[in-house]
Amino acid sequence: MTAILIRGGHLIDPAAGVDGLKDIFLKDGRVAEIGGPGKLKSTNGAEVLDATGLTVAPGLIDMHVHLREPGQGYKETIATGTAAAAAGGFTAVAAMPNTIPVNDSPETTRWMLAPERNAAIRVFPIAAATRGSKGEAINDYAALKSAGAVAVTDDGHPILKDNIMRETLAAAARVGLSVIQHAEDTRMTQGASMNAGAMAFKLGLRGMPTEAESGLVERDIRLVTELRDTRVHLHVAHTSTAAALAAVRQARRSGLRVTCEVAPHHFLLTEEHVGLYNTNAKMNPPLRSAADRDAMIEAILDGVVDAIATDHAPHAVHEKEVEFEHAPNGITGLETALGLCIRWLHKEWKMPLGRVLSLLSAQPAALLNLKGRGTLTVGSFADVVIFDPKAEWTHNARDTKSKSRNTPFDGWTMQGKVRWTISEGRVAYTREG
Amino acid sequence: MNSAATPTRRQLHPPPVPASPFPYNPGSLLSASDLSLEEVSRILNRATILENADPLVRDRILAKRRLALLFYESSTRTRTSFELAAKGLGADTTLVSSLSSSIEKGESLKDTGLTLRALGAEAIILRHNSSGAAWLLEAETRLPVLNAGDGMHEHPTQALLDLRTILAHLRPGVETVDKETLAGVTVTLVGDIQHSRVARSNMLLLPRMGARVLLCGPKELLPELAEQVGPGVTIERDFDAALRQSQAVMMLRIQAERLAGLQLDLAQYKADYQLTGPRLAEHAPTALVMHPGPIIRGLEVTSGVADGVQSVILEQVKNGVAIRMAVVERALTATPEGGRA
Repeated sequence: MTAILIRGGHLIDPAAGVDGLKDIFLKDGRVAEIGGPGKLKSTNGAEVLDATGLTVAPGLIDMHVHLREPGQGYKETIATGTAAAAAGGFTAVAAMPNTIPVNDSPETTRWMLAPERNAAIRVFPIAAATRGSKGEAINDYAALKSAGAVAVTDDGHPILKDNIMRETLAAAARVGLSVIQHAEDTRMTQGASMNAGAMAFKLGLRGMPTEAESGLVERDIRLVTELRDTRVHLHVAHTSTAAALAAVRQARRSGLRVTCEVAPHHFLLTEEHVGLYNTNAKMNPPLRSAADRDAMIEAILDGVVDAIATDHAPHAVHEKEVEFEHAPNGITGLETALGLCIRWLHKEWKMPLGRVLSLLSAQPAALLNLKGRGTLTVGSFADVVIFDPKAEWTHNARDTKSKSRNTPFDGWTMQGKVRWTISEGRVAYTREG
Repeated sequence: MNSAATPTRRQLHPPPVPASPFPYNPGSLLSASDLSLEEVSRILNRATILENADPLVRDRILAKRRLALLFYESSTRTRTSFELAAKGLGADTTLVSSLSSSIEKGESLKDTGLTLRALGAEAIILRHNSSGAAWLLEAETRLPVLNAGDGMHEHPTQALLDLRTILAHLRPGVETVDKETLAGVTVTLVGDIQHSRVARSNMLLLPRMGARVLLCGPKELLPELAEQVGPGVTIERDFDAALRQSQAVMMLRIQAERLAGLQLDLAQYKADYQLTGPRLAEHAPTALVMHPGPIIRGLEVTSGVADGVQSVILEQVKNGVAIRMAVVERALTATPEGGRA
């Protein structure tokens, strides 16, 4: 294992309360030593990365991505998805189970983790909560956890039945796993392809009401309340409505372990960005009203939101070049998350950079209970992102490392350019030129 | 940061919404809202000129130019009138319908459009069951695309022919329109507004000339937020009250194919919204009775009303040919500056 010395950079490690010029020595996949500039000893033979003028931070962690393997390698593979993640500054991603077959078994979980997948960074599978994600029979969570699963969810196929969701929450809690719910009452969203409202009416599209999300979040919180078990952890995926956030906020005040994530597109875009049927602005949950979008921003700034997650959902070009109502849901997000968060949350809305980085690393690490990640204290995994926090750049979807380029952020100005991404002491990404 | 005592909201200045790139082709007619009133006037003028022109002179205008009619839904009026309009100007037309073509084998709209372009089509007239299909086809082919109805969204040539019909009766001789032309005119759209592309195009077009558009129908078929489509549009659920204010009433068919499981009490619907002879005589004895077709006699209108003296339904059909001649001509002769070639 090689050793790396990161010299001259500005270390921001929010979990450790560090914000200053530091040199960092990485050895054997771990953080070996941290010291003031030029103060580190015994770094002979180490590869030196000159981080002068750059920010050094814990590698980013995306707790919600779709890597499409097994089964849909034409959209993305674990190799290409993690390469895109590394380019975006991520050192760990949590992979959703809506693969083909659904990841509801230790075998599939282990297959995803096998070295043959050539992951550029660490992948943490999230297993299906129920058999085939059909919402009927819950899986063996102990076996899935020992195979490497870090949470359970039926993402994309919300668990509607009260008794199954209750059982899922209780069983996952017993083995120390979180339950992630894609909150959508699908009985209210049949045939719908965007947010319900005047915009959907105008475009002649069927709409998904905000109540379809908030109603299920409220139902889930009620189940958590009834379980009276402090080990129960409900995490609301890709929150998109003010009403769902209000429910999470209220649950937290009541002392429940209910957390939530928000995707960059939900705090930046609205249903207006669907424009005239832009299928790269179609995802589920859909882009909402300006009031909902503003509520996402406020909740991030106020600290109600626990993590920013991209819901990276690659689809092949031909799948998106179709009639809006027939296009699959989802957009890519791994390479644009940091640049958008710094450009908007930090620069525009004045959120301290450390808090932005915490939402992208320390907090998701804590939510998924990833030990030794999301921080760069001595002994932690050597998962590091080194970026220029001031550099502006324009995202070109064609330059992606993902297999897909279905992004609404093509041509957008970003701030914060990744120079190196280091995964467990190995350089996983270097920006050329 | 805000102090706890003064919870004033932050000024957020979020990312702006980019301007629409549509239409890519100046000959396209995708939405009724794409046309300036100058362009609407030009189309109305050309419709009259072309309608009155000597057929043997007229058919040199687009002699041997090629148009494709691409129809994913059945149609009588729209398809036939577009075809007659194009042929009346001398153009060659070919009809591709979803049955009896490779669409049945799974060919995408993009590939079908590119194939038609490669075959020499200079413009495509599209009828499709998905909202937004015309925009997709235009973006992929960059040809002039004439939207002949996309899902529940728009049907701009219907709105233009409805306008021509309304003008002929309420503003005879007027073909150059401005934002006052229909001031004082109330047009009521009745019935299945939710699923109607005719309604949406009329709601976008008529108020721009000063008309007041009333929407009338039950909640299941007319959501409250329909009013938000644009200015000049209001909901009046009491049909009789709406009739009393109307100079024209446009009856719409219940789009059974788009109801998506919605169950309607038809007896109640007829009691509330059917246009009957007595109702018309009592509340709107001089109003124009319009219908984009197809009519379901005995449901939204009685036979007597459809065939009655106030009915201009067949005039609408006739105006369709004239309007579509003007729109087809525009498709193949428009220049980027909006002038004529």
